[in-house]
Amino acid sequence: MSIAETLEQLALFADLSPSQLEAIAHSHEEDVFAAGERVLRRGLSGGNFYVILEGEAAVELDGEARHKLMRGDYFGEISALTGDPPTADVVAVTMLRCLVIPAPQLEQLLLDRPALMMRMLRMEARRLRATLEWQP
Amino acid sequence: MAAVERPFPPGDYDVVVVGSGPGGLQTSYCLRRLGIRHALLSRDERPGGMFQRFPIFQRLITWTKPDAPVERGSREYEWYDHNSLLAEEPEAKALVPALMDRAFDLPSRAEMEAGLCAFADRAGVEARFGCTWESTRQEGDGLVLATSDGEYRCRAAVFALGVTEPWRAEVPGLEHAAHYVDTRDPARYEGRDVFVVGKRNSGFEVAQGILPWARSIVLGSPRPVQTDALALSALRVRYLHPYDEYARGGPGTYVIDVTIERIEPVGDRLRVVTHGTTWDGTLEFEVDDVIAATGFQTPLQDLPQLGLVTVADGRIPALTPYWESVSLPGVFFAGNASQGARGIGKRGAGASSSSVNGFRYNARVLARHLAERLNSHEPPREPVADVVEFLLQELTSAPELWVQKGYLCRVVSAADGSHVDEGVVPLSTFLDSPGPDAYAASVEVDETGTIIPTLYVRRGGGVREHQLEPHPLHRYDGDSYRKHVTGIVS
Repeated sequence: MSIAETLEQLALFADLSPSQLEAIAHSHEEDVFAAGERVLRRGLSGGNFYVILEGEAAVELDGEARHKLMRGDYFGEISALTGDPPTADVVAVTMLRCLVIPAPQLEQLLLDRPALMMRMLRMEARRLRATLEWQP
Repeated sequence: MAAVERPFPPGDYDVVVVGSGPGGLQTSYCLRRLGIRHALLSRDERPGGMFQRFPIFQRLITWTKPDAPVERGSREYEWYDHNSLLAEEPEAKALVPALMDRAFDLPSRAEMEAGLCAFADRAGVEARFGCTWESTRQEGDGLVLATSDGEYRCRAAVFALGVTEPWRAEVPGLEHAAHYVDTRDPARYEGRDVFVVGKRNSGFEVAQGILPWARSIVLGSPRPVQTDALALSALRVRYLHPYDEYARGGPGTYVIDVTIERIEPVGDRLRVVTHGTTWDGTLEFEVDDVIAATGFQTPLQDLPQLGLVTVADGRIPALTPYWESVSLPGVFFAGNASQGARGIGKRGAGASSSSVNGFRYNARVLARHLAERLNSHEPPREPVADVVEFLLQELTSAPELWVQKGYLCRVVSAADGSHVDEGVVPLSTFLDSPGPDAYAASVEVDETGTIIPTLYVRRGGGVREHQLEPHPLHRYDGDSYRKHVTGIVS
């Protein structure tokens, strides 16, 4: 399956046309990581934005898995948008295939595609609510 | 006359290298220096690989400067000469510049090919020519490569096959198009309307080649031309002329962002139906020729059936930082296909692994990695007397760091107050592997293209990053840098 066809199935890209998805797929590289490879590095500058096309990853703090990421999930957006280094590691749990969008290009993509920006904003809001939710 | 005995008969080897282009020659040379028992096989009849034929329009895009501010043949000179392979022997070093006619500071295809033949000859790199790799199987923890001459068993195979097999995108009707590799004499396009599918290297190259002949040229692909990225890429050196004409108003030359719905014959012409990707709408073209400049793939033969995972629509093997398949242990790649290891790609910056200047260093690092892995060979490690001076010199003039920005780094370990040179390794290996306290020097690029010298310090398992100030002449050996790095190291 081509990258554009995979993107078409992911919630984040649901509002974009096939031609727009082709442009995104052709403008960015995909990368594949072996299980155990680190993708995002805590404390180091210059991290990218990643969309998982295939496989699983884990958000890790000091080597301890805190959260699992699956196909269609994305990560690296906070450091890409704020310019600050990531506050956690992301490590491939299985073989992991991702679309890689460098930070400056993420900003341009969101400005060019407001529907994509809205999708991401909603997903970020849900993540924030899950984090803030009062635990009995 | 007695038949010349061909080297490397079928049998057991530690490593088998396939391919006699620059990647294969450099890998074999480096393996031999480290005393690794290996065979170098090639289906060709002579060295040179893709440069026997490509680029079609006969000029490379990577520089070699016959005269430079440093001595030809020195380590620093490698930064000024991106096309010669690496050697220790003076007679085998920096061979390309002497073969250039100086029409450009970019060698021609013929000059490059002559340089590779001269390297094989003077460095004494032998290959078994006329030996075609046909199939592969795994046996125990090794590999068996079946060839036209018989079977080769090995613990690791290094495929240096280039990325030169024509690849066509899945566009309906693209079979009516000639591929870039079948482009003929530019004069053949005199007075013709031409649509070029693709806006990467080969697309711009072919467009530039036929610009003086064709009546009109349209370059079309989904990816927008990113002028800021192109301005910093090697491509601009030769091939941006068609884009320049379009940007000034397009006198018969157009560069457009489209997906191609279909290509269909209309009489003796071809209709190309396209839809905008960065604009809304549809455009149809009727042209005399369509050229598919949709790129190339690595000739992987049966490796995907064995489970080799790829990127870029199956065109490139997906590799670990040491250029081993992420899915097939023992299967390594050298040469152009080593671009399948992207590295940490900080700020989206990629390595130069798709051209000779970058992959010649990959080959040397790979040879050392194979030596350590297969022979438990510990390469000699030299003590470093003045760690600050050493790191500053590496940042200023190490060709490995300057070519493979953000991919390769120079590592110095620290124990009991003394320092040891650990050599050049992939940066991600340094960042992600546990190890003794150490420093790594890396040359990186920021969002604006500014070159940033960077030091990483590993202490007690954690790694910290220190960016040094840029310098207009890229010299990091002055007092302010010495003071900064002394502070980092102490």
